[in-house]
Amino acid sequence: MYNFSYQKVSSVADAVDAIKKADDGKFVAGGQTMLPTMKHRLASPSDVIDLGGIDELKGISVDGDTVTIGAMTTHAEVAASSDVQGTIPALANLAGNIGDPAVRNRGTIGGSIANNDPAADYPAAVIGLGATIKTNKREISGDEFFTGMFETALEDDEVITAVLFPKAEASAYMKFENPASRYAIVGVFVAKSGDIVKVGVTGATACAHRGLRLEKALNGNFAAEAVDEVEIPVEKMNSDIHASAEYRAHLVKVMTKRAVEACS
Amino acid sequence: MQTVSMNVNGEPKSGEVEDRTLLVEFLREQLRLTGTHVGCDTSQCGACVVHVNGVSVKSCTMLAVQADGGDVTTIEGLANNGELHPMQQAFKDNHGLQCGFCTPGMVMSAIDIVNRNGSDVDEATVRKELEGNICRCTGYHNIVKAVHAGAKNMGG
Ligand SMILES: Cc1cc2nc3c(=O)[nH]c(=O)nc-3n(C[C@H](O)[C@H](O)[C@H](O)COP(=O)(O)OP(=O)(O)OC[C@H]3O[C@@H](n4cnc5c(N)ncnc54)[C@H](O)[C@@H]3O)c2cc1C
Ligand code: FES
Ligand code: FES
Repeated sequence: MYNFSYQKVSSVADAVDAIKKADDGKFVAGGQTMLPTMKHRLASPSDVIDLGGIDELKGISVDGDTVTIGAMTTHAEVAASSDVQGTIPALANLAGNIGDPAVRNRGTIGGSIANNDPAADYPAAVIGLGATIKTNKREISGDEFFTGMFETALEDDEVITAVLFPKAEASAYMKFENPASRYAIVGVFVAKSGDIVKVGVTGATACAHRGLRLEKALNGNFAAEAVDEVEIPVEKMNSDIHASAEYRAHLVKVMTKRAVEACS
Repeated sequence: MQTVSMNVNGEPKSGEVEDRTLLVEFLREQLRLTGTHVGCDTSQCGACVVHVNGVSVKSCTMLAVQADGGDVTTIEGLANNGELHPMQQAFKDNHGLQCGFCTPGMVMSAIDIVNRNGSDVDEATVRKELEGNICRCTGYHNIVKAVHAGAKNMGG
């Protein structure tokens, strides 16, 4: 890892100030992606600005039908939160199956979403539940946030402050996990409220996306069989040593069916 | 360079570190607490697991400066007046190690599992939560047995 200058800040305003002053600054949250990336020299920021001391970014609250999770809340905290378990149990489950306990004790929701790994779990929930991402500058809808592989709508000096999840009547997340890393080879988040069904798919393509064809089929008939006739475009699927494009296309349907079954 | 101070195994320690110094490097190279191992240095193997402020973390994936002001427990901090911690004793009794390289991380993760799930934690949970700890030797069965026995002993 190349050397850098480390700074811990105690407010969002100070974090933004620090990154503006830096040559090539980067925020660090849990560091569970940042530090490995820096060790591999895939990133070599001049300045690392630690968001870990900012109290306003921490914590979970429920207001009516909305669960607000501060950006620096760890995966372990989301998994263990009785507020999240009580309002959106599928989200608590998702958080409790990210990586392993030590990763969950450091990794944060803000870091996971900002990083936008094509195989990350949270993006599927952000899209499936129709969450809103709150930053120091604006609110961004989940559908507009993930723009490409490791790319998001965030600007360089923009800090995610919280993620707002609306409660769904029923929701479930199913992932076919890589047996070594536990990252999603394919993960599907299905949420149903009234007649409206939303589907967030991760792992399958360059970044998490809405499964519009799946939604269309499920909107008319919320049942696992409804997924059978949906055509998943194989040419858009990722293909790597873990799974071929054809296999991923197949998994999208299988995970969707399992999630639909788990909803009812 | 930065000065860091933290409580390590109950004793206040400080030192001068580079900003990029990892917590595991500070523990091993400056404090000479070499019980914490580095297996992969890429956050996969869990040989470097220690407790920071009461929870397990991979000390190869945390900067020393990030632990400034915190409480750190390493494998060296578990035994009490020469008497092994119940989890260490259980690994010994159940042949939960062969070469021993993964053992410090396994024991630290095992204690974290019991702290979170209680002393009657079931086998499936133990297996699932050891996900981040890799062992090259044992085939895991005796590790799971040891965690179970250690959990019971920790419950008193
Ligand atoms: C062994 C292992 C297994 C894993 N398995 C999984 C898995 O199964 N599923 C999964 O989804 N993930 C997995 N992860 C990734 C893990 O969830 C990370 O914690 C997460 O991707 C990044 O979160 P972080 O808080 O560690 O962010 P960091 O690594 O600190 O930061 C990541 C990026 O986000 C930026 N950033 C962080 N916070 C903010 C913010 N508030 N505003 C703006 N930008 C910000 C940083 O600048 C950086 O570019 C795994 C990681 C490891 C090491
Ligand atoms: S050395 Fe830290 S996880 Fe392997
Ligand atoms: S005992 Fe050798 S690596 Fe586990």
